[in-house]
Formats: sequence, structure tokens, C-alpha cells
Amino acid sequence: MTTATHLPPHAAEAARIAAANRARAVPGRKVYVKVLRCDGPGKPSRWETFQVTVERGSNVISMLQQIAASPVTADGRKTTPVVWDSGCLEEVCGACTMVINGKVRQSCSCLIDDYAPAEGDTITLEPMSKFPVVRDLWVDRSRLFHNLKRVKAWVPIDGTYSLGSGPTESPESQEQRYVMSTCMSCGCCLEACPQFNIEPDQSAWDTSFVGAHAINQARLFNEHETGKRLKAERLDALMSAGGINDCGNAQNCAKVCPKLIPLTESIGVIGRAVTIRAVAKFFSGR
Amino acid sequence: MSQHRVIVVGGGLAGLAASVRVAEAGLPVDLFSLVPVKRSHSVCAQGGINACNEVARQQGYSEYEHFDETIYGGDFLADQHPVLEMANWAPKIIDLLDRMGVPFNRTAEGKRDLRLFGGSLFKRTHFAGATTGQQLIYALDEQTRRYESEGKVTKYEYWEFLWPIIEEGRCVGIVAQDMRTMQVRAFRADAVIMATGGCGLVFGKSTNSIICNGAAAARCYQAGVWYGNPEMIQVHPTAIPGADKLRLMSESARGEGGRVWVPRKPGDTRAPRDIPEAERFYFLEEKYPAYGNIVPRDIATREIFDICVNQGMGVSGENQVYLDLTHKDPEYLTKKLGGILEIYEKFVGVDPRHEPMKIFPAVHYSMGGLWTQFTKGSYNPAEPRPKHKSGSPAPLGAEVGLGMQLGAINNMMTNVKGLYAFGEVNFAYHGANRLGANALLSCIFDGLFCGVSVVNYVRNDAPSKNPASDMPASAFDRVVEQENQKGQRLLATVGQGSADAATNPYIIGKELGDEMTAACTVVRTEPRLEQCLKKLGELKDRYARVRLPDDAPWSNQSFTYARAVGDMLAIADAVALGSKGRKESRGAHYRPDFPDRDDANFMKSSVARFDAATRSTTVAFEPIDASLILPTARTYGKKDVDSGAKKPAMAGAAS
Repeated sequence: MTTATHLPPHAAEAARIAAANRARAVPGRKVYVKVLRCDGPGKPSRWETFQVTVERGSNVISMLQQIAASPVTADGRKTTPVVWDSGCLEEVCGACTMVINGKVRQSCSCLIDDYAPAEGDTITLEPMSKFPVVRDLWVDRSRLFHNLKRVKAWVPIDGTYSLGSGPTESPESQEQRYVMSTCMSCGCCLEACPQFNIEPDQSAWDTSFVGAHAINQARLFNEHETGKRLKAERLDALMSAGGINDCGNAQNCAKVCPKLIPLTESIGVIGRAVTIRAVAKFFSGR
Repeated sequence: MSQHRVIVVGGGLAGLAASVRVAEAGLPVDLFSLVPVKRSHSVCAQGGINACNEVARQQGYSEYEHFDETIYGGDFLADQHPVLEMANWAPKIIDLLDRMGVPFNRTAEGKRDLRLFGGSLFKRTHFAGATTGQQLIYALDEQTRRYESEGKVTKYEYWEFLWPIIEEGRCVGIVAQDMRTMQVRAFRADAVIMATGGCGLVFGKSTNSIICNGAAAARCYQAGVWYGNPEMIQVHPTAIPGADKLRLMSESARGEGGRVWVPRKPGDTRAPRDIPEAERFYFLEEKYPAYGNIVPRDIATREIFDICVNQGMGVSGENQVYLDLTHKDPEYLTKKLGGILEIYEKFVGVDPRHEPMKIFPAVHYSMGGLWTQFTKGSYNPAEPRPKHKSGSPAPLGAEVGLGMQLGAINNMMTNVKGLYAFGEVNFAYHGANRLGANALLSCIFDGLFCGVSVVNYVRNDAPSKNPASDMPASAFDRVVEQENQKGQRLLATVGQGSADAATNPYIIGKELGDEMTAACTVVRTEPRLEQCLKKLGELKDRYARVRLPDDAPWSNQSFTYARAVGDMLAIADAVALGSKGRKESRGAHYRPDFPDRDDANFMKSSVARFDAATRSTTVAFEPIDASLILPTARTYGKKDVDSGAKKPAMAGAAS
């Protein structure tokens, strides 16, 4: 087995444990999937446990598909298929994020062999806790997209007409921006953040903490030659209520990011930029 | 002031490009999507986007050669004028994406880097790591969000398109359902753009996202929109087999030097690194010395299929071959292909930088789709030209309007007035086989170029005299009622009779996928297609008795899925009948009982039409616009070789 030398220590350790589990997993075994279910907003939650058969390559998605085709609990009670959000199934769309064995991640890339290698093992699935539940494992992450508007996460181009090429960019800058730009708005960083709390009231969204993903996007666009035209507006947004001052520096965000985006570095960069802007505003009086 | 509005269904590259273009022209857009648009299937595109560029141009490449490659790659089935316009526009599209901030890979000097891709001998593919589709859709998502924040685009995410509203011979809106509250309602619009992608789920497991079930296109089809070349389904040569889906391993792995091989000795049990060069069969390089591993997809797929299924030479006796990058520098690979190598590592648990990947073909793309029209541009030679000699001077420039007339109202309009189809959901551009890195191009091209047509139609044609907002409510209420009844009929089946595999929607869906994959993919024969049609008949009977497992009035996903299965069956019929009717082999469509291309009878579009009264499909073959390039044999310089162990190994990777 080759080792993943390009991974940071926390991810390499997780990969090592997963590989060890995978090595001893036996195909055809039965394991339990324990799901925290909820029929809709305001309804009580309940646990339901299902027994599933695991094959090589089985992941949480294929287990939920198995349950959907035959929705009977482990104790033989008929129920309804579990509802969950999913899309690409290859960890580039961000849709299928949930809390698995207490840790937030995408369910498509969660192989059962890595998590439940022995006969009779249990794997638990819960919806993300920082967003309102729609039903079962499906949560409403509109606030996450709303926060991208707060930081004007776009390049202000002069329309879609042909106006020649964009600015040139060094390979180093491209590599740095590319990593930041792989953020798929999954919300793992927000689930893990002690400062980001559930907020069902939309009118409070503009003054509650934006979170690491939006701060990272602000940095991404501030570092683009044309994108930086809105830098002052982005920083002003991040200086106001719910901005970067709400970050408690717990640094959980970077540890759970599936794309290994240097979120704490982005928070540091934006933090310094905000300080400089605040000082400049103080002296200019504007 | 008129109250014109435009509806866009689908928030992938085509839908977002259209939304931005139409909103920019001053028409308000209502954008519908099954998912938050940023999560659309375009994120899965990996390798890149093709366009003529200055480096290639100075080596003799041109927009015209890109056009020629696309027609040849598509085995002369596409209408040619739209393809010419698309190739001519491609460089403008790259520039625009660049201005939007897409992090395209860069050269040392800071210019956009290029890579080699299937079907070309020139580097003409622009890329952002190996997640180009993700990066392009993010750029368009950001621009759409900008218009949304200015109130010019209204998003309806987690809303499902149910039916087009067709009144007075034109499309004047849609009926859609909120997937959370289950509310069904009508939305008025002066034009509707379908940008709903492909139908991979009809084949069960594919490289497509879980949302690509083709149901939206199938609903338009059942409402009277024609469907072109349904049988043209691309099977991608390299995918990673998986329990829930077959994950794509991008063509860029081969473009960056990846080599496809099997051990010369069938069933060889040695680890790949212990097999010496001379005992490896690099079958693509040996059979296609000029293109090697970067032959077009249909060819690579058939060769891999032949090696495994017919010759029994698959790795470990299974249906898989090696895709090998281990001869390349791991750092270089991480820079150029990081995203896709991570996918392999995450889902297989093996690092492809150090161990060859095991791959097999999987259903990937639908060249066919809703039938669309266009207005030819100003380039109309007296006779079609012979095939372009690679690297020779282009016979014409790349001015706007040579291929298609900019702004003509019927560009990519279906046979139903006011109902457009953009991107993968239409049947234009890719003929019988799509070249790698042309899909992102065709999606964005449709949105930008044909978006102008939509604006002109709304402002200057029927809607300008009689806007949808002035039409009587009865037309809209009628379709809402029709959809409500359909839904209620399905929900009423919950708890009726005994639960049974025959009437389980998930099992019907799975059997549909298995049958379509077995009968309608790499190899198609008359008897197998007959058997497939019989099976589809059985599945339709069973579907008429389908039993749902959940009658919840809120966020009922199994209801949504079960409804889509009925629509997938309609598309499956068209695919199978198109396959049966096309008695020749062309591009992705391979019939061993008719192994040759038959231009006299079948250099034609197959057009499927649905009869609502009998709920049946008929397929007719209709002439295409082939007035620009003469067809030639599509061989990619193939040589006959055998796999004998005594032959010396071929040296040198493709790039």
C-alpha cells in the first residue's frame, strides 16, 4: 500500500486509519446504519436503525439507496425511505454533506469499509446541525449562498461581450487561487465552527457570522486583478456585524475542509487587510 | 412597459450562461433548478474546454480545423453550420471566462496553459487543474449571483420542472413543483430555455450526477417536442467502477501522457510494476500510432471493451484495463491532474501516482437530445470542401455569423415556438460522438450566442404582440390540474396491495438501467434490441402498477423519483428505437450486424416523435445540413495489430 505523502498530517492520519480498516473489511458482511430522522421543520427527531449488506466499494450513498428500495428497520418495522441531499457522488458538488459518526463530511466519499469494517458495526448519520432540517438528512443551506452575496464573491466584469482576454497571472498566483476556488460551499467549515450557529430567521443573516467559507471567497476575489476593484466593499462588509471579528480562532474549519483549503490562512490574510483598512479609514475620516 | 419574462430550466453551464446573457439584455429571468445551481452536474466536467489559441494557430491550427475535427469526430452526423459558428466563437468564450476570474492553469510567463485532448494533434484544450467544469460553473454562478443581488435573476432552487405550457402554438410558461413543500404551480414566460443536461440515469450507473435522469427532456418530448439522435449515447472509455456510480477518470489523464495497457498474458497475476515493458500490450498505441491513447472516445471504448469482453485480456480476468501514469513525475501530476487523482485515491484507496489505475468504460454523455433548429450563416460554398488537411491554412476566417446567423430567433429553438434547448439537452454540435472538452464549449456557446436569439424572439416576435402575462389563466390552470392529478394518482398507490419487487419504483429503475446498459451501449444488435424493447414494454406495464413507499406531503423524494422513472421509460424507448432503426455503424453507435457507415441511407438525423394518444414513439430519418465538409472514412489512421507476446513493445506515450 502506498502512502499519501501529499496530505497534511491530520488528513494523512485519517487516511492511515481508513486504509487499515479497509484492509480487514470482509465483503458481504452486515452492518447497521443508524439515522437521525425528522419529518420536517418543527417535528420531533427520532433514531431509526437499518441493517444493510456491504460490498467492496459500498459508500453511505449506496447504503441509503439500499434502504430506499426496501425501507424496513433492523427490527422489522416498515418505514419510509430516508431523505437526503446528493448530486455528483464524487465530492465536487458539496450536496451530500452530513455528520457521520459525529464528524461532518461528504457521504459519497465515505466508504463503509473505512468506517464499519467488522460484521455488526454501526455507522451513524445525522443532519448538519448548523442549518435548519428540511427532512431527515436534508438541510437548508441557503444562508451559506446568501453569505456569498454579502462579500460580493464575484469579479465585476463589464458584461459578457467580447472585450479581449483577462489579466495575465503568475503560475504561483493561479495555484494559490485555484485551491481557494475549489470551495464547493458544502458547509463543513461552518458545522465545525463554534462561532457559527443555526439561524432560522433570515432577517438576522446579514448580521450573524459569515463563516470561513465566505471569508475565503472574499480573499479569492481580492487577489484577482479585476476582482480587487471590490476589495474595499468586501472588507467593509467583513468589518461590520457578523464579520471577521466574530471569528474565535478555533481553527476547526481548516481541519474539516474536504478540499484542504487553507482557511485559517485566508482568515489571517483578511484579518490583516481589515486592520489596514480600519486604520486608513480612521485617518482619512471616511 | 411590457412584463416580459424568460424562464431558464437548469442551472448548469448552459442555463447560467443563458441567464446571464438574457438578464444582461434587460429581460428578467426566472431560473429553475433541482439543486442549488452551484451543485449542477457541470461541476463533474474535468479535462478542459477547447478553443483555437495563439500557440496552436502559429503551428498551423485554426478555428476551421477545430470545426473540421468536431465534424469528423462526430462521424459526419451533426448539422455543420452550427458547429462552424461554435468553433469560431470558442476563443471569445475562453477570453470571457478568463475575465470572470477562472483560474486557468498558467505558463511561466502567465499565459493560459494548454493540453492535448482526444481527436486533435494540436494542444487546444484550456484547463483549470482537472476540475475545469467546476471552475467554469463557479465563475458563471458568481456572475448569476451578481445579477440575482441586483434583482435581475430570480432563482427557484429545489424546484422541479414538470411540464411546458403550450398555448396558441407557442410555449408560454411551465408548471413546476417545489420539492420541499410539494406545491405545484404555473409560471408564465415569453420564452422557456431548457438547459437540463443529459439522461445518464436511464442507464442506471453512469458518470452522471444523480439528478441527470433526463426527466425534464422526457416531459418536453411527451408534450410534443421532437427528440433528435436519441441513440447517440457516449460511453466514456475510462471510468472507475463503483457501487453507486461509475466515476469519471478524465481524458486529460491520457492527454497528460497516461497509457492504456493490459498484460500480454491473459490472467497474469503479477503486480503491474513487476510486468516488464515487453510483456505489456499498449493496444491503443499499437493500433493507432498517430493518435495513440488519445483516439476519440467511441474508439477507445470499443477497443477496451473488445480487449476485455471478446479477448478475455482484462486485468485479473475482469472487465478492467490499466490506465498508467506512474512513469510521470508525481509533482507534475498533482499540479496538472490533482483533482481527478484525488477522486481515484479517495474512492479506490490507491494512489495513482504510484500504481496504475484500473478503469472500464461507462455511459457519459448524450449527443442526442431535443431537436433544434438554426439559421445558416453567410458561409455557403457551392460545394462541400474535402476534409481539411491538419495544419494547412484555413480556407476562411472566423468572423461572427459565418456559421449561424447571430440573433436569428430560431437558433436552438425546438419545433415548439418559444421553447429552446441549450447545452447537452439538445442534439446539435456533437453528431455521433462528442470530442473531449467540446461539451463545456457547446453549453456556454448556446447560452451566449443563442441567448441573443431568445431576446430577439421575445422582443420582436409573437410575445411582443401578445405577452404571456396577458393570456387567460385557464391555459395555465389546466396544466397545473393535469400535473396535480398525475401526482395524486401516484401518491394514492401508497399502502395499496402488497409491496412487491415488480411494482417497486427503485427496482423498476434498476432493471431499466441494467437493460439499457446491456442492450444500448457499446455493442448493439437487432435481436438484443428486440429483447430490450420487449423488456421496456414489461417495465411500462409494471410501472402502470407502481407502488410508492411514502405518501408524505412534504419533501417526498421517493415520489419525485418514482415520477421520473415513468419519464425515463419514454426516453429509453426513443434510445432503443433509434438504435434499432439506424442500420449502420457510426460514431458511438456500433452495430456488428451493420458494421459499416452507410451515408446514402443514414447520414441523417433520427428524429423521434411521441404520439400522446397511443403513448408510442416513431423514429424517422431526416436530412442533415452537410453542405460544408465532404464525409470521409473516419479511421484515425488505424493499423491492424495482434496482441502476440513476441512483438516488441511500442515506445513513447501520446503527448
